[in-house]
Amino acid sequence: MSDLTNQSLHEIIEKIKTKKISSLELTNNYIKNIKTAKKLNTFVTTTFEHALEKAKEFDKKPNYEQLLPGIPLAVKDLFCTQDVKTTAGSNILNNFIPSYESTVTKNLWNNGAFLLGKLNCDEFAMGSSNETSFFGNVINPVGDKLVPGGSSGGSSAALAADLTPATIGTDTGGSIRQPASFTGTVGLKPTYGLCSRWGIVAFASSLDQAGPMTKNIIDSAIMLEAMCGFDEKDSTSIKKNKEPYSKNLKDNVKGLKIGIPKEYRVDNMPKEVDELWEKGKKILKDLGAEIINISLPHTKYALPTYYIVAPAEASSNLARYDGVRYGFRSKKDEDLIQMYENTRSEGFGDEVKRRILIGTYVLSSGYYDAYYLKAQKVRQLIKKDFDENFKKVDAILTPSTPSSAFEIGEKTNDPVSMYLNDIFTVPVNLAGLPALSLPAGVDQKGYPLGLQLIGKALDEQKILNIGYAFEKNCGFQSQIKKWWS
Amino acid sequence: MSLDKEKIKHVAKLARISVNEAKVDSLTKDLNSIFKFIEQLNELDTSNVEPLTSILNESLRTRKDLINDGKIRDKILQNSPKKNDEFFVVPKVVE
Repeated sequence: MSDLTNQSLHEIIEKIKTKKISSLELTNNYIKNIKTAKKLNTFVTTTFEHALEKAKEFDKKPNYEQLLPGIPLAVKDLFCTQDVKTTAGSNILNNFIPSYESTVTKNLWNNGAFLLGKLNCDEFAMGSSNETSFFGNVINPVGDKLVPGGSSGGSSAALAADLTPATIGTDTGGSIRQPASFTGTVGLKPTYGLCSRWGIVAFASSLDQAGPMTKNIIDSAIMLEAMCGFDEKDSTSIKKNKEPYSKNLKDNVKGLKIGIPKEYRVDNMPKEVDELWEKGKKILKDLGAEIINISLPHTKYALPTYYIVAPAEASSNLARYDGVRYGFRSKKDEDLIQMYENTRSEGFGDEVKRRILIGTYVLSSGYYDAYYLKAQKVRQLIKKDFDENFKKVDAILTPSTPSSAFEIGEKTNDPVSMYLNDIFTVPVNLAGLPALSLPAGVDQKGYPLGLQLIGKALDEQKILNIGYAFEKNCGFQSQIKKWWS
Repeated sequence: MSLDKEKIKHVAKLARISVNEAKVDSLTKDLNSIFKFIEQLNELDTSNVEPLTSILNESLRTRKDLINDGKIRDKILQNSPKKNDEFFVVPKVVE
C-alpha cells in the first residue's frame, strides 16, 4: 500500500476520508518510520499497541466528520497522558504515570486522533537545543551534528522526519517557534489562555502556552482548532467561542498593514537572516500589504525580564518535586530535609537547578523589589510597546531566530549565549500574544530559517491568513534527505 | 552586584537542593554571568510604571468550593516512591 507519511496532515485526512488509505495502514507506516529513525532519539515512549488498536477501532466504525479522523499523533512529553509515562524530559519524573489526561490531548483524541508516542524535550522545557533532556539530545533531521532547537526539539525533529503527521509543543519563550525555524516547519504559539494549561507539566505559568507544529499553515489551522477551547480547570483559560480556523483560511492580505520593528535588526545577525526578512517584506508587499516601519523600544529588555520572571515561576512550580508524592526519591534519605535536598539534587539536571536557584534568589527576602518587581514593571513596558503599535498595524513581521540550527555542544558551556537564541521569540510570551514561525528559506549552509508573524491577542486567524498567503508565494519547501534510515 | 559562594550555598539551602562542593565554582561563574545580563534592566527608570501581574484583561475566575471527586486514594498514591497501604511514607521527623 502507498506510504503517505511524507504528505501533510490535511492531505492525509483527505486520503482517509476518500478511503485511499485506512487508519491502520497509515499507523503502520508511521510505526515503520519511527523504528528506522532511532538515531534521531525523538521518542521517549512509544505507544504502538494502543495506536494500532485505536486505528482498527476507527476503521471498523469510521467517523469522517471529526477534525482528525483516524490520525495517529505523537506529542511532546510535557503533556500528561493517562496511564502513559510522562517524564517532562527529567529524571525526577522518570517513572511518573499520570492517572489523568491533559485537556489539550483529550481535545485531540475527542477529534478522532490517537497517541503514537511521547516526544523528547528539554528538561521541564528549559532549553533551546534539546540538550538538557535526561534522555539525551535529539538530532535534527536536517543534519547529523545539528540540534533540533528546543524545548520542543523531539516534536520538531519527529515532524520533519515524517514520524508523525503533525504534533504539539509548548512555548514559554520560543519553544515551539525556534525548533520549527530550525527544522523548516510551521510552529504556532497561540494567545495566552487560548489552549488549556491543565495537565501540562508546569514551567512558568504566566508564559506557558501549548500550540501546533505542522508542515504547513492549513495543518496548523486544523490542529489549533482541534486543541484549543475554554476549560473550567484552567483559571486563565479564555471564555470564547471556537473559531473554524481551517474553514476560514483566506490567502488575501490586500490592504493589511505589516509592521517591521527596527529593534529586531541585531548586531552580528547573519546576512542571510536579514535578506530573508527583506524577501518576506517584498512578498507581502507584492501581494498588496502595506509595509510600515515601527519601533518596539523595549525589545532588548525582554530577555533579561524573561530570565527573572520565568525562573521565579519555575522555582515555585518545581517546589512540588520533593520525593514524597511522585517521581524519584534519593536513596540518601536519613532525615527529611536531607531527603528533599538529595532528591532534588540528583533528580534535576544542571540547567533546571540553575533556573531554580535564579528564581529562588530573585524571590528571596530583600531582593524581590530589585529583581522580580522590576521585571514585572518592564514586562508592562514591553506589553505597552505592542499595544501602541497594534493600533497602527495588523501584524508584525520579524525573523524567528538570529541564526539557523547550531551544532550539538556548541553553546552548552555558555548559558547566556544559549539564552540569546530566544531574543526574537521571548517578547511575544511576555505580552501574551499569538505568533507563527514560517519556513522561509535556507542560509549558506543550506539550513532552514524562519520568519515570525506576531498578531494581536486572539487574532490567530489573521496571522494564519497572512502565513497562508506567504506560504503560497514564497516558493520555499524544506527538503530533507533521510540519511538516518 | 555579584554572588559569592556563600550566598549561592544559602540560596541552594532555601531551594532545598544540595550543591556538590566541586560544582560551586562553576555554578558561581554561570550565575554571575546570568545576573550581569539580567541587570541591564537597571538602565530603565520604572518608578512610574505599574507592575504587570496578569496578562489577561479580566480578573481571575473564581469557582464554588465544592468537592467534585474523591475516593481516589489509590490513584493519588500510585506514583509515590515510598508508601504503605494508606499513606505516603517519609523519613522519621519526630524523635
